[in-house]
Amino acid sequence: MTSVCVAGAGTIGSLLAAHLARVTEVSVLTRRAEHARALNEHGLTVSGRADFTAAVTASTDPAALEAELVIVACKGSDLEPLAQRLEGHFAGATVMTVQNGLGAEELVGAHGDWPLLSAVTFMSGTRRDDTRVDYVLDTATWIGPYRATTPDDARAVAELIASTGLKAEAFDDLRPAQWSKLIFNASVNAVAALTGLPHDFHFAEGRLGELLHSLIDEGKAVAYAAGIDLHEDPWEMNVLASRRGNAHRPSMLEDVTAERPTEIELISGALVREAERAGVEVPLQTALYRLVRGKEASYSG
Amino acid sequence: MRICVVGCGAVGSLFAANLAQLDDVEVWAYDASREHVDAINAHGLRLSGAGDVLGHPRATTDAQELPQCDFGIVATKAMHTDAAIAATAHAFANGYVATVQNGIGNEEVLARHVERVIRGTTFPAGKILEPGHVQWDVKGDTTLGPFGETPLDAVAELADACTRGGMPTTAVADARGPQWRKVIFNASTNPIGALTGLTHGRVCERPDLRALVSGLVDEGKAVAAAQGIVLDADPEELIDHAAKPEVAYGHKASMLQDVEARRRTEIDYLNGGIVRFGREHGVPTPLNEAIWALVKGVEDSWEQ
Repeated sequence: MTSVCVAGAGTIGSLLAAHLARVTEVSVLTRRAEHARALNEHGLTVSGRADFTAAVTASTDPAALEAELVIVACKGSDLEPLAQRLEGHFAGATVMTVQNGLGAEELVGAHGDWPLLSAVTFMSGTRRDDTRVDYVLDTATWIGPYRATTPDDARAVAELIASTGLKAEAFDDLRPAQWSKLIFNASVNAVAALTGLPHDFHFAEGRLGELLHSLIDEGKAVAYAAGIDLHEDPWEMNVLASRRGNAHRPSMLEDVTAERPTEIELISGALVREAERAGVEVPLQTALYRLVRGKEASYSG
Repeated sequence: MRICVVGCGAVGSLFAANLAQLDDVEVWAYDASREHVDAINAHGLRLSGAGDVLGHPRATTDAQELPQCDFGIVATKAMHTDAAIAATAHAFANGYVATVQNGIGNEEVLARHVERVIRGTTFPAGKILEPGHVQWDVKGDTTLGPFGETPLDAVAELADACTRGGMPTTAVADARGPQWRKVIFNASTNPIGALTGLTHGRVCERPDLRALVSGLVDEGKAVAAAQGIVLDADPEELIDHAAKPEVAYGHKASMLQDVEARRRTEIDYLNGGIVRFGREHGVPTPLNEAIWALVKGVEDSWEQ
């Protein structure tokens, strides 16, 4: 079985590492030494939709870890420093990014010539502490080839992940799915961060629903101009997700509540820049992008 | 002359205390706050800061106590206009009622309850420090003008009293220019502060947010122009002026204060008003609509 290193053990990274450790050898690259120590000592415990503890090897030193597949699972705002740490390591491994938005593959790919897979994930959870994570939404991870990889490579990783009990699906071309999620996140996450609302019925009806619809229309126009044939309609994704019994708090809302940097650059920022490149006007997406950046600026007092 | 200030918050108190300085004007103050009313009746209404004034208006929480008045000055938050004028309309059966509130559409609400309405907009600002005591932050001008069939003479009479009392007020034939300038200023800056948490100055020094402010201003100007309203000055000038360190750089917009205290905002009468008038005149206002929806979303989030 393919050995895996999960780089960045936040919520998504912890969920992937713990599940994969049930079927293969898994290591975890952490930023903090005490995080690595805790993982080596206690393993990773999953609660919620699954309930188990898995042993992993962890280190803050990439040179100490070996793997055939590296999954870069940190938040978008932590991606650049993590990619710098990977530079010069994991020769011969395939690297897969699972960040929200657009541009993570390019950013990581600039630090090494690894073959790259592209992924987006819809699963969600809550990180309790360094060694415990609650598995909340058992939605899928989508995987596709990006650089020097083939659809078969994507399928192999999807099968590996699916064999752990998580949901995964491979695509010959991930961009249609990635863009569907990009437009969904750029619209839903920014509105949640600015209003304080979890992703509930407000997003699909009334005045706020109209705003979401207009935001998503702008995103679709950019996708069309960029030649992307969307995998799913982001408006339908929004309506469906807003009807879940237990309203989800998007990570960007959690970030602004805790006054942490958000993923706005890889999400709304990426969409606005793609719009400029394609010559499409996106005044509402631009307004939200600016407002969330302004909100981040307010943390400093 | 008998004048009743309806809604004696910070701005209403500035009018009531100053007008009460005049020997020829009897001033009443109607307000929902029992503590504020009791303090005014016991010790008078005190202003301090930009001006130090002690006035003795007669204050009441009971609209039935109000005598017939020549003029009303409505200074409630815009969302309380309807309830406040419904309760007090009987006192203005033969009088004129002026609004000095934020936002647009207040005159139309007043006109549903009283016959003679005066349009108005005011720039002075303050805050209530404690019952009976108001901090006067900024002095400024007030502009009044006829609404509907109201004669300019009546408007001039009220403006004269306000000016003599210490609140410089001008009567003009069309007060929509200054009113829309202030509405556009408020609608383009207050919600940006409320949504981001930034002070006015910090909003304006970020080129990205300053561009968003201008986008909102441009929509407001287009809606004003479509109604034939000539702004008395460019709202952009007011925005840049207020951003100066010695003016209001560090000022938290009242809407930001409302959001921090989880109080309902005046967004329906600011951006909501621009959107409504825009629709009536066929002017698209997508940015104002977006901001309106976002701030309503903030208000909705408090019910979670």
